[in-house]
Amino acid sequence: MTTVTDGPATRRARGWAAPPRPVWEEAPTRAGLAGKGVVLALACLAVVLPLWIVIVTSLSTRKAIDEAGGLVMVPGDLTLIAYQELLSGGQVTRAALVSIGVTLAGTLFSMTVSVFCAYGLSRTDSLGHRWILMTLLATMFFSAGLIPTYLLVQTLGLTDSYLALILPSAISVFNILVLRGFFMNISQELVDSARIDGAGEFRILWQIVMPLSRAVIAVITLFYAVGYWSAWFNASLYLNDQDMLPLQNVMIQLVQKQEAPVGLGQAIKTGELSGLAVQMAVMVMALLPVAVLSPFVQKHFKKGMLTGAVKG
Amino acid sequence: MSHSTVPRSETEATKPAGKPAASPDTAGPPDDAPQRAGRGTLSLRLRYRRDRVLLLMTLPAVALVLVFNYLPILGNVVAFQDYDPYISDNGVVSMLNSPMVGLENFRRIVEDSAFWNALKNTLVLFFLQLVLFFPIPILLALLINSVVRPRVRAVAQAVLYLPHFFSWVLVVAVFQQMFGGAGIFSQLLRENGHDGLGVMTNPDTFMFLLTAQSVWKDAGWGIIVFLAALASVSPDLYEAAAMDGAGRWRRMWHVTLPALRPVIALLLVLRVGDALTVGFEQILLQRDAVGPGASEVLDTFVWWNGVRNQDFGYAAAAGLIKGVVSLGLVLAANKVAHLMGEQGVYKK
Repeated sequence: MTTVTDGPATRRARGWAAPPRPVWEEAPTRAGLAGKGVVLALACLAVVLPLWIVIVTSLSTRKAIDEAGGLVMVPGDLTLIAYQELLSGGQVTRAALVSIGVTLAGTLFSMTVSVFCAYGLSRTDSLGHRWILMTLLATMFFSAGLIPTYLLVQTLGLTDSYLALILPSAISVFNILVLRGFFMNISQELVDSARIDGAGEFRILWQIVMPLSRAVIAVITLFYAVGYWSAWFNASLYLNDQDMLPLQNVMIQLVQKQEAPVGLGQAIKTGELSGLAVQMAVMVMALLPVAVLSPFVQKHFKKGMLTGAVKG
Repeated sequence: MSHSTVPRSETEATKPAGKPAASPDTAGPPDDAPQRAGRGTLSLRLRYRRDRVLLLMTLPAVALVLVFNYLPILGNVVAFQDYDPYISDNGVVSMLNSPMVGLENFRRIVEDSAFWNALKNTLVLFFLQLVLFFPIPILLALLINSVVRPRVRAVAQAVLYLPHFFSWVLVVAVFQQMFGGAGIFSQLLRENGHDGLGVMTNPDTFMFLLTAQSVWKDAGWGIIVFLAALASVSPDLYEAAAMDGAGRWRRMWHVTLPALRPVIALLLVLRVGDALTVGFEQILLQRDAVGPGASEVLDTFVWWNGVRNQDFGYAAAAGLIKGVVSLGLVLAANKVAHLMGEQGVYKK
């Protein structure tokens, strides 16, 4: 397997300034620069503007929202009332806690299983290596189908259990292969010398391999966490109890189907609370964790990509 | 550590790429892992003693895959049954007690116009995404790559990657707030005396809406692979081309694009292998708004008939057809990738 590596460092520079131009390159034209700038700005605006509107509206008072005739683009009167109401116990608070719990537990479980498996497969000469690898790889080519999987989860008695949100989708073979690719590239001399010093496999994994793979582990952790945080379909299939639903499913009810949050209907009808602000606040709660965390791992993203074939 | 006392050979650090030579005295299982010195001399028992911890480490993942990826394959028996989910809460008990009906479910599918409609929608959506989605990450990557100011580049990347991490629920909700009947554009239009927008509920343009949502969510993320390919181009090539008198555009045509070609070919081939799996979550969330006629794809067809209508045998049969055709497509796509000299997902 080959993983993406940085190309030769051509123009190393930091900050906003442009690095010096190579002598053979033409000076950029004014029109070219302007054109690129406009396209890039529009692309970024298409992402940022909707999020801005959602965030501003979630923070606006009922009066500001009524004056704007709905969504608010220019912040005026700001308030945290929507968040206060949603986070003071009740449906959305519970759903957020469920999502956080499932995401933390699921990510920990997925990472543990994946890292162990990736390390266990990182030596191409180990016993059964090829068979195990084939068993995992083959799953990338087929899917047993929705109905058989549904019946299996039901048969295992996972219905109405949070395990149904974790176990069936706990590992991604793709992620394991990415981790394995990095583990395989770690200097074998280092591992061998640790072994001569008496370190067992667990110790080598924990004290040598994992510290050297921090970047890729961070990326894969993010991938798993985002997967759990964003999942809603399995919950809609396997959880019948409304009180158990995670945030995404509650967001479907509140934002898409425009239902009033349990217990807040009266406050929305008569009080200071705007129904629209409540909806937007739920959306912000769903987007905030990923929007805050993902930029930290950004420069390592391409390590989470698998390009090329898997070395057997 | 007794299990690690068996010495590993020195050559294992190097990773030989060649085909293994036949070794008649191999005691291990018939795997043809790259040959290395000393391998043939280790007995199965010694290899087990040396590698048992590694085997143990792979066990949880293998168990999960066997239970949740392989075991359900047996459940496709339901496709040949008149499955009755009310016999028992236990799926297996219901399965064992439901009558076999042979190919009856498949006969019904062939005669069901809803199935053919779902197939049509699936293919339409696949081609729309291929034509309208696929080129965008390439163009964006070329654009970002030409930005030389590092900070501008990092900020643009951070912004463009972001929607990839949003759930489909959030993406659909964002589109609703922008383009829905009560969305910001409808709001602005109404203030100026026009009618609001109806794109979120218009069946005729629904496939374009789905494609637009996919572009918003994942086009930015798609640039990563292309950027990586672009970063691996040696700057000497550009310099040499410039020395030979190639201008900006000639350099892009003769240096940049050839560097991207293998990646484009590979992604294209893999995409085709996945052709029947399009838009599932996205459509489930918006199916009610436009109706099944405009929105149903094969995956949602299975969901609707099985989970909603409790017609499990019928849904499983449709799922099985889709699964088998998809398997064929994936294998064919990888074959094509290999023939083109690319590596595909897996190469022997």
